[in-house]
Amino acid sequence: MAGYLLRRLFQAAVLLWVVSLVTFVLIHAAPGGPAMLQNPDLSRDQIAQFRANLGLDDPVPVQYLRWLRAALHGDLGRSYNTVESVGRLLATRLPNTLLLTGIALGLSLAAAIPLGVACATRRNTAFDRIIAGTAFLGISTPVFWLAIVLLIVFSVQLRALPAGGMYQVGAAFSLGDRIRHLLMPVFVLTIANLAETTRYTRSAMIGALGEDYVRTAHAKGLSGPIVLFRHALRNALIPVLTIVGVYLPRAVSATAITETVFAWPGIGQLAVQSTLSRDYPVLVGVTLAVAVFAIGGSLLTDLAYGLVDPRIRLG
Amino acid sequence: MAETASPPRREAAGAAPGPRRAGWRRFRGNRMAVASAVFLVGMYVVAAAGPRISPYGPNAVDILNTNAPPSPAHWLGTDENGRDVLARLIAGAATTMTVGLIAMVIAVGIGAAVGSLAGYLGGWADTVLMRLTDGMLAIPYIFLLLVIVAVFGASFRTIIVAIGAISWMVVARIVRAEVLRYRGLDFVCAAQALGATPARILARHIIPQTVPSLLVAATFGVANAILFESALSYFGLGIQPPQASWGNMLSNAQAYVWENPRLPIYPGFLIVCTVLAYNFLGDALRDALDPRYRESNV
Repeated sequence: MAGYLLRRLFQAAVLLWVVSLVTFVLIHAAPGGPAMLQNPDLSRDQIAQFRANLGLDDPVPVQYLRWLRAALHGDLGRSYNTVESVGRLLATRLPNTLLLTGIALGLSLAAAIPLGVACATRRNTAFDRIIAGTAFLGISTPVFWLAIVLLIVFSVQLRALPAGGMYQVGAAFSLGDRIRHLLMPVFVLTIANLAETTRYTRSAMIGALGEDYVRTAHAKGLSGPIVLFRHALRNALIPVLTIVGVYLPRAVSATAITETVFAWPGIGQLAVQSTLSRDYPVLVGVTLAVAVFAIGGSLLTDLAYGLVDPRIRLG
Repeated sequence: MAETASPPRREAAGAAPGPRRAGWRRFRGNRMAVASAVFLVGMYVVAAAGPRISPYGPNAVDILNTNAPPSPAHWLGTDENGRDVLARLIAGAATTMTVGLIAMVIAVGIGAAVGSLAGYLGGWADTVLMRLTDGMLAIPYIFLLLVIVAVFGASFRTIIVAIGAISWMVVARIVRAEVLRYRGLDFVCAAQALGATPARILARHIIPQTVPSLLVAATFGVANAILFESALSYFGLGIQPPQASWGNMLSNAQAYVWENPRLPIYPGFLIVCTVLAYNFLGDALRDALDPRYRESNV
């Protein structure tokens, strides 16, 4: 088990390195440069001075190695636009994103698993078809469109909910205020994650319900719910966990779009802003932070297999 | 539904139909899938007929008639510049459907190449290619898309290539798994014994076996590509105006929701319907072609 963990951690480190390399090379290989240097107020000399200070004139491999050495010492550089340290930026923004995504992911799992189980037991009934159709509708709707429609209805027409941000400016912290700001983004993100998880729970449950041990459990005279939840669901959860791990980066994309629409000060919004303004250090930092979570998520799901199914021995 | 599900089984007991015909039967029995296919064919016909059925040019301006409600002259009304909404939707259909299709072809091409090389060569090549695939999968697609398009410019061609270049990873995984499945089988050994080159074995013997899974992945791929283009448009990096795409009509309409709240409805509705149709189609194809899914869903 310890060996397995070490090996996985090593692989995770390699993967992180690949992610940093891909992002770094991609963004530096491009023509143009940081948007900050496109400022028409800067003279040619000033631009040259900035480029020299930032080391942008060195060959990309040199720049990468310099960045890598600093990063290994815990220094991710400073934002070109605001001169804030990238590490500090991430530390202030990350909790906001975790709050939003955590609630949404928890809610979508809490809804998707019972829904998927219900669909599997009522397979090919009207209920199943309606849920399946709705799930497809959820997958097929552009995230930002749903967000904008909600904004139009609840903020603009009904004036019931704040249009964006995380708290009312100037007011003291209150839980009610925070919840009112969370409602719409959480709803959008929950919908975005719900559909896929429901579909996978359904098909995994159908597979599990066809297994011999389920028939045996019924034959022993165990009650329906016990067979369903203690025998079938435990096995069905494994592929569901895998999917949650695999879709984590995709969920981050949905988070980035949602944060942008609702002006939620998280790392998704930061990522979009830094990409659009080509703020290289911030972009690379955010991508790495997200990759840490995505990779950590898939490691955790693999470890969770052992909890869900004691037959699985890692190693 | 029960009616349509039983005949193939009876037939399987008698003269067994080939797997392809059986798959086709299962597909035809799925009403949602047939409806989706009909809808999509209709959309492609509209997109191809484009200017011939369009009441106005997509960029023709009726300056006295901006933000007009639906009328006999403008069936769906006009936008903020007095352009006919229906005409722009028709022009947008061509753009959006083209982006979806070509991006999918690129993604399937890269994915099939990477997956088959990794699976067939194994060893070092496999490790490097699959770690690259994992690395790309671990980066949220929206960052990759924004970076590529922000960097190389939001031209029609860049957008298609960018969407293709970030969508191949799932295909690569599927193809690799299939190649691993077939690599050790007798017909491949026979081809090797006859002296066929690896390239020939891959192209002639193994990749044709993966066509059903590729077909399914491709169908979902078009759906995702259309969503990606609309997400890019939201950030102003999609297909650039004045060329119409459903994505940029949608994000453009956002700025005029006060003057004309109808505007976001039409392109949004078409995107949802088209993506939904592709998703239904992909799901039905998977049921029809992939025995693993069939058993668990019947």
